[in-house]
Amino acid sequence: MAEKKQNPKSPQRRLSGINEFSINIGTPNGSGSQTANLTLLRAIFKMGIPVSGKNIFPSNIQGLPTWYKIRVSQAGYTGRRKEADIVVAMNPDTFTEDQEDLVEGGLFLYDDAIKDPINRDDMILGAMPVKKLVREAKPHKDLRKFVANMVYVGVLAQLLGIEMEAIEQALEFHFKGKRKPVELNLKVIQMAAQWSEENLDLELPHRIEARDLTENAILVDGNTAGALGAIYGGMQFVSWYPITPATSLPEAMLEYAPKLRVDPETGQQTYVILQAEDELAALGMVVGAGWAGLRAMTATSGPGLSLMAEYTSMAYFVEIPLVIWIIQRVGPSTGLPTRTAQGDINLSYYLGHGDTKHILLIPGNVGECFDFGWQAFDLAEKYQTPVLVLSDLDLGKNQWMTTPFEYPDQPIKRGKVLWEEDLEKIKGDWGRYKDIDGDFITYRTVPGNRHPQSAYFARGTGHDEYANYSEHPEDWEKNLTRIKHKINASCSETPGPVILKQSGAKNGLIAFGSTDAAVKEALDYLEEDGVKLNYMRLRALPPAPEVLDFIGEQEKIYVLENNRDGQMHSILSLAFPEKAVDLISLTHIDGLPLNPEWIRESILQEEKD
Amino acid sequence: MAQKKERLNEIGLSRADYKGKPSTLCLGCGHNAIVAQVIAACYELNIPPESLIKVSGIGCSSKAPTYFMDRSFGFNGLHGRMPSLATGALIADTTLIGIGVSGDGDTASIGMGQFKHVMRRNLPMLYIIANNGVYGLTKGQFSATAEEGLALKKQGQNRYVPVDMVWEAIAGRASFVARSFSGDPQQLKSLIKAGIHHKGIAVIDVISPCVTFNNEDESFHSYAWGKSHEVALHELSFVPPVRAIKVEYAKGETLEVPLYDGTHIILKKLAQDYEPTHRANALQMLEEANDRNELITGLIYIDPKQESLFDLYNLPEMPLNRLPVDQLRPSQESLDKLNQMMY
Repeated sequence: MAEKKQNPKSPQRRLSGINEFSINIGTPNGSGSQTANLTLLRAIFKMGIPVSGKNIFPSNIQGLPTWYKIRVSQAGYTGRRKEADIVVAMNPDTFTEDQEDLVEGGLFLYDDAIKDPINRDDMILGAMPVKKLVREAKPHKDLRKFVANMVYVGVLAQLLGIEMEAIEQALEFHFKGKRKPVELNLKVIQMAAQWSEENLDLELPHRIEARDLTENAILVDGNTAGALGAIYGGMQFVSWYPITPATSLPEAMLEYAPKLRVDPETGQQTYVILQAEDELAALGMVVGAGWAGLRAMTATSGPGLSLMAEYTSMAYFVEIPLVIWIIQRVGPSTGLPTRTAQGDINLSYYLGHGDTKHILLIPGNVGECFDFGWQAFDLAEKYQTPVLVLSDLDLGKNQWMTTPFEYPDQPIKRGKVLWEEDLEKIKGDWGRYKDIDGDFITYRTVPGNRHPQSAYFARGTGHDEYANYSEHPEDWEKNLTRIKHKINASCSETPGPVILKQSGAKNGLIAFGSTDAAVKEALDYLEEDGVKLNYMRLRALPPAPEVLDFIGEQEKIYVLENNRDGQMHSILSLAFPEKAVDLISLTHIDGLPLNPEWIRESILQEEKD
Repeated sequence: MAQKKERLNEIGLSRADYKGKPSTLCLGCGHNAIVAQVIAACYELNIPPESLIKVSGIGCSSKAPTYFMDRSFGFNGLHGRMPSLATGALIADTTLIGIGVSGDGDTASIGMGQFKHVMRRNLPMLYIIANNGVYGLTKGQFSATAEEGLALKKQGQNRYVPVDMVWEAIAGRASFVARSFSGDPQQLKSLIKAGIHHKGIAVIDVISPCVTFNNEDESFHSYAWGKSHEVALHELSFVPPVRAIKVEYAKGETLEVPLYDGTHIILKKLAQDYEPTHRANALQMLEEANDRNELITGLIYIDPKQESLFDLYNLPEMPLNRLPVDQLRPSQESLDKLNQMMY
């Protein structure tokens, strides 16, 4: 135990080798490197080895540096590693800093056109004649820039043992079967592989060897998963406004909904997706649609969410079901729009003026993005309130492995809605805000109901049980108290925490969302370090009783999050004041996903104190 | 004696069935006249109240939906955000009639963005702007439609040029644009009827005086100024499809505008020879009237054939909000196929 603690880098070294390494690829933005990087990622995945890919990109269309990090791990670790075993340097602007990311003795592949100095003598070097190889493949001159990146795909394939067949499959998937681009790219890759075989004689500790560990897995990003979940959840109306990194969620709906939710015979669609003029209008439309009985949603990020605050507050008070997906990026202000964070927990939880507190769902992996995608609608309609799904850029925009999406195991539940025949039965005697079941949830009707007693007047102003304008203190208090109880009661239906206990552990760790992969890897390292922790991953707010139980059982609890101020830490401290002194906030925010090394080191430090 | 009892319209409803809560606006407020004409128009058009929704933003104007048609669903939304609310709600059931009531503050200032975009989307609904040039509910500040030089208590003189909502609507490519005056109830009622039957956005900018904060005789939004400066473009009537045209006009004196559902607008020419079918002509006419210090009222622009928002989607006949749940969730097989596709 003691010797391991001396070297905080030990877990990384242990992980290098066959099917255990990470690649860091530096390219200029807009050079088509995404095709090359996804081809590598998918080919390795096709060979049966768990992978994950993270795009570290700038807020820019062309020219600024971008990095792609591929984690290959037959142990199944998918978090971001701090250092790389292999670096591919294609960008002269970052040539020097790209060298710094490499582990000792790692492979440094670079474009031989870059004449900047090599600063280290502990790297295995491979200079690739990119220009020459591209020229020999004779692509159309407009395509030269784009196929250039295929050179490193070919060289890596040869050096690491990635099968050409797997690469071809990946290209076919990417180009949706179009032969021409597949052939051109493949040609460059094959020529580069041949050049590598003839010219690079390197001894590498890293190899890819085929396994069968991904047979029952899919590779997908969280925004696509969330969009599909919503489509299977019966989404009927989406209004949205473009914002990084949320845009790809509605765009995935635009791609998949016509295939899944249009009658092939009549061509009729069961939904409407509408790009609004701004986030104010996007949520306004969603509120209108939710009021009128549609499963309505939007997707946005921090700045857009700020603009949605007023209508969210109204929807909370008027009791309109709707779903908001929040793909968090780094704030305040425009911040780092293409980098990841967990900094909008407070904003989301309390979004709106006056006393508001919302139901939050926090998916921790792409599978949960799909599940929460449909569950969010059931919850929103059951509790007649906005449900906010809190994802982030790392989860939403990056490629993650997951088990195949599972078909919803619950039928669609529309909640307490009265139609003509229901009103006929009760002779029209009902009040929109009258709690007759004692569960804080009242009955609603929706526009389009033709019963003479169906209508009510929805208003943001104070109202009585029959939706009449009211300034009576008792009406206000009674109504707002009922809504509070309604939201708090939702924790019996929202996804409960996922708890992993270790025998003999006295202390606990609480995390949530996209940090799960890094946390699990760090926990393995910590166990080797002799530190045992019980781990609870929160999946919803308000917190369920199990959350309190878990906190109560631990001597001290670390609350880990990717923001500056420990927002979840403060929410939990307020929810469980008697344990507040035992809750220790561990935060880190630099725009990048938390890495297991930092988590391990921070906890070791705390445990030592 | 029995004959004197309340009259019923063709669907067996009385005027009382179209009433709302008692108005809490000031006595003599122009908005009360708008409310009265909405009630009259809907009664006369035989609209089942449950087939209509009423939406509004914030301000005195936006309180109006409370005062008409209690049996209709209503939503008093956010300041300047009525158009988005209406868009979402009307998509849920495209057979519903939508009436939005907004004001000059609600539309010409905070709501200008949504106003412009609901025009270009051509959402089928009637959009009434109750325009009095002043913020009433916050007690007498200038609105964006207040004329330059207007003096108000506590505010001094207005330094800015006004926004003309009719101009904005036409420039925004609205398919039905009218102006009316709370002091001209017959015209207002006909325009409301025509607007309800128009398949697209129907904007009526109603000069609707605020008797408490902006009704000095020289003010452009006062009763006195409106009465003395109103120039109606035409005598306007709305003709339902089943009725034969009873009034015979001399040839060349009328213009007939057929709407999509077989109804007609009949425009009887007055002093000016004006056809409301050209955007550029409409804008020029407005400019000239402005120079003459006239309050032009009537149907200023119409394109009854412009595609509406609903034409852009291939929606089923059954309203979206009535679709059974089995039509909303794709099959297990489709998900299996998707899983196969996901690399």
